[in-house]
Amino acid sequence: MGFEGIGASVRRREDLRFISGRGNYTDDINRPGQLHAVIIRSPHAHARIKGIDTAAAKSAPGVVAVFVGEDLAADNIGTLPCGWQVKNKDGSPMAEPPHPVLALGKVRHVGDPVAVVIAETKGAARDAAELVAVDYEVLPAVPTLEAALKPGAALVHDGVAGNVCYDWHLGDKDAVDAAFAKAHKVARLELVNNRLIPNAMEPRAAVGEFDPMSGDYTLYTTSQNPHVIRLLMGAFVLHIPEHKLRVVAPDVGGGFGSKIYHYAEEAIVTWAAGKVKRPVKWTAERTESFMSDAHGRDHITVAEMAMDRDGKFLALRVRTRANMGAYLSTFAPCVPTYLYATLLAGVYATPAIYAEVKAVFTNSVPVDAYRGAGRPEATFLLERLVDICALEMGLDRVEIRRRNFIPSNAFPYQTPVALQYDSGDYHATLEACLKAADWAGFEARRAEAKKRGRLRGIGISTYIEACGIAPSAVVGSLGARAGLYEVANIRVNPTGSITVFTGTHSHGQGHETTFAQLIADRFGVPMSQVEIVHGDTAKIPFGMGTYGSRSIAVGGSAMVKAAEKIIAKGKRIAAHLLEASADDIEFKDGKFQVAGTDRAKTLADVSLAAYVPHNYPIEELEPGLEETAFYDPKNFTFPAGCHICEVEIDPETGAVQVVNFTAVDDVGRVINPMIVEGQVQGGVAQGIGQALLETCVYDENGQLLSGSMMDYTMPRADDLPDIKVGTAITLCTHNPLGVKGCGEVGAIGSPPAVIGAVVDALKDYGVRHLDMPATPCKLWQIINANRPRMAAE
Amino acid sequence: MPKVSLTVNGKPASAEVENRTLLVELLREHLRLTGTHVGCDTSQCGACVVHVNGASVKACTMLAVQAEGADVLTIEGLAAPDGTLHPMQEAFREYHALQCGFCTPGMVMSAIDLVQRNPQGLSDREIREGLEGNLCRCTGYHNIVRAIAAAQQVMHGRVKELPRAAE
Repeated sequence: MGFEGIGASVRRREDLRFISGRGNYTDDINRPGQLHAVIIRSPHAHARIKGIDTAAAKSAPGVVAVFVGEDLAADNIGTLPCGWQVKNKDGSPMAEPPHPVLALGKVRHVGDPVAVVIAETKGAARDAAELVAVDYEVLPAVPTLEAALKPGAALVHDGVAGNVCYDWHLGDKDAVDAAFAKAHKVARLELVNNRLIPNAMEPRAAVGEFDPMSGDYTLYTTSQNPHVIRLLMGAFVLHIPEHKLRVVAPDVGGGFGSKIYHYAEEAIVTWAAGKVKRPVKWTAERTESFMSDAHGRDHITVAEMAMDRDGKFLALRVRTRANMGAYLSTFAPCVPTYLYATLLAGVYATPAIYAEVKAVFTNSVPVDAYRGAGRPEATFLLERLVDICALEMGLDRVEIRRRNFIPSNAFPYQTPVALQYDSGDYHATLEACLKAADWAGFEARRAEAKKRGRLRGIGISTYIEACGIAPSAVVGSLGARAGLYEVANIRVNPTGSITVFTGTHSHGQGHETTFAQLIADRFGVPMSQVEIVHGDTAKIPFGMGTYGSRSIAVGGSAMVKAAEKIIAKGKRIAAHLLEASADDIEFKDGKFQVAGTDRAKTLADVSLAAYVPHNYPIEELEPGLEETAFYDPKNFTFPAGCHICEVEIDPETGAVQVVNFTAVDDVGRVINPMIVEGQVQGGVAQGIGQALLETCVYDENGQLLSGSMMDYTMPRADDLPDIKVGTAITLCTHNPLGVKGCGEVGAIGSPPAVIGAVVDALKDYGVRHLDMPATPCKLWQIINANRPRMAAE
Repeated sequence: MPKVSLTVNGKPASAEVENRTLLVELLREHLRLTGTHVGCDTSQCGACVVHVNGASVKACTMLAVQAEGADVLTIEGLAAPDGTLHPMQEAFREYHALQCGFCTPGMVMSAIDLVQRNPQGLSDREIREGLEGNLCRCTGYHNIVRAIAAAQQVMHGRVKELPRAAE
């Protein structure tokens, strides 16, 4: 199987349908008798709803129904649940105000859904939506962290004092204070992690369907985790038991976290389909995506590092304020806590760390995990701070990193912020990246650029992240309201082909290929004999879905476990057929063989015997060859690496061009290098986007100024460089494949490398740090303000 | 409601549409050709690009009635009747130029027009600039550029077979 097994860049089997226009995305699905829903959303950031007049809309042509929040309340529909409870410093639970499906009494952000019109056509629904008259009493809005934390600020939720969702901490404050007291030097940095809008290219969509004969509901939705949606929507919102609710997530056009969460529109179309007894479809317009998809990041942080005389890190102190938006999205509370502060050790042997995080409600769209989720925020903070440390100490940026790395022989390594890293070699990824990026030759390139009138700079980031989430007992003790195992069912069909049902979901990651490679390798069969099925709760036993770079580490491990069960049963069947002891049977290259002989049965022989059990150990074994495994990971996995970025700035315009980008990552064992490279490149593109182009802007009234693709700068082809990707791996020690995960490393490692490069290019202009995005406007102002001084010198 | 008649992927098609119906709605909702996607509402993303009379057009920016009598080619009509892929389709697969696949139909249609308009051949930089009207959120464009650079060699007859991507 060599060329298509583990480690081969097999071309993706899902591509044929996508390049042929035969994908099956949610909006491509049309059910018989289908109606169309249009959501009426709040134009105000904060307002009391004094009344909603739906009479004109209800009598408009083609309209079947108009529903408001009170209609759902009258049907005992629940509120949208939050899947993670974080506790305050004093042990009390976070504030968890209700999140209505359709607004009840008040709206709390621009885009908050208020009513839904359901009509025969999308056009009729749109026309009627214009006729819904909502009487708002506009209230003062607090759209940003600064506004929401001002004394006397308006409250987003009555009863949530000071708009504080929780005030949480982690680490040893006393040890950190003591280390700062004896520090040789302290580096301090205040920084903002800019708010982002994920913008998967496929807008969210949902189709609800109800069968009055059986009482069964079906929801087709743009989700990264259909079983989670079934659980949350069924149990907490619509009160439909799992066996009467099927959730299908077909082809999904990108997620990046934004399609993890249970959204109001899913509940609306499912519930409404039951009410009107016809299928109901809703598809977001991009403008709706901007004001209803969960946003990402949005932190303000003060960080300080205490150092000794050699520039060794003694202690890190971090104080962060994190924006939750108007309501708690499904996993929001864990992002700036357990996915953030736990990563603050980075790749460094800092002995003491203390982090405080205050999560804050604002009149803005809910904020939740976006590619990297907490780890990009931790990495940006730490890597920028390490650069400042180098400045303070007069040390080279690479040298200070080398001095503080966790040594390669220190694994497993217990950090002071709860995590235990199982493996890694930070020197190896650093040295490989320095070489690949020709770090040593940079000054010559800078000098050459200067001759052309360009300011050239280089930046570096040595990051770590935690993925492969996560051990259920651990996350449970930290407030998760779910387990984070994964599920695989492997069915060896009677003639030996294999169907694999996985609880993970592929929305660009290429699972149909990677998992098929893995299974083909395990069973010694050609990939063409393997089918991967995902995205349908009616087909797959259960699953927690795809996010946090968990699919191969957790989902792949579940497949290995199920494969082991199949092979164990197969050995007993083969032993019977070969009249040997099961202990003497080896499984290799697709054959069950009596050790030391040439007597063997193929997987197909064994599966046929299992399904046609004429000659079969029927007293001992059930017929059939199908096994399910739940795999609960023993630890997180810890991909790490080094990213180096080179930029050139045009001093006349402030425009930045990324001229070189090099990544060397340790993602554990690589199944398909082509796919891994693509994942890293895509992540880096989003990281460069955050660093140079993208930011979400609300005005003081809570109006979303960056509310369309004309206002929010998505990276285009000519904004980005070729992205050079390499790997230098160590194996994960606690999962059977040695895999770590690659989906988020690009977005995590790259922003500080880009900003480091911009700062380096502007070092003669007195720049120590820049908040993202480093736009031409921002840079031109810095360059222009310093121009006279530069000229005088 | 006005009736619009046109040729789509070499076959005659007609539908009764509203005056406001967009070409992309005609394709997706009336003709059920769902390969052409809608990714935005401001003509920014290019997921809806099709060819109208041989030139790439954002199908969200054209009314269906404006396509009266036009010859429209969508992603579904690109491969030969025997299933042989267009070199651009083949290149996207070979060079891993797609991940979620949502931008892909528009990206492929734009890329074909870009290459056809530039028989002299395009540098990587020119390809990047030529893709200004199409957004991809997954790939970082790196492999899209490589795919187009390879496909243009086949489309301009400089090589017979698509160069294989390096392993």
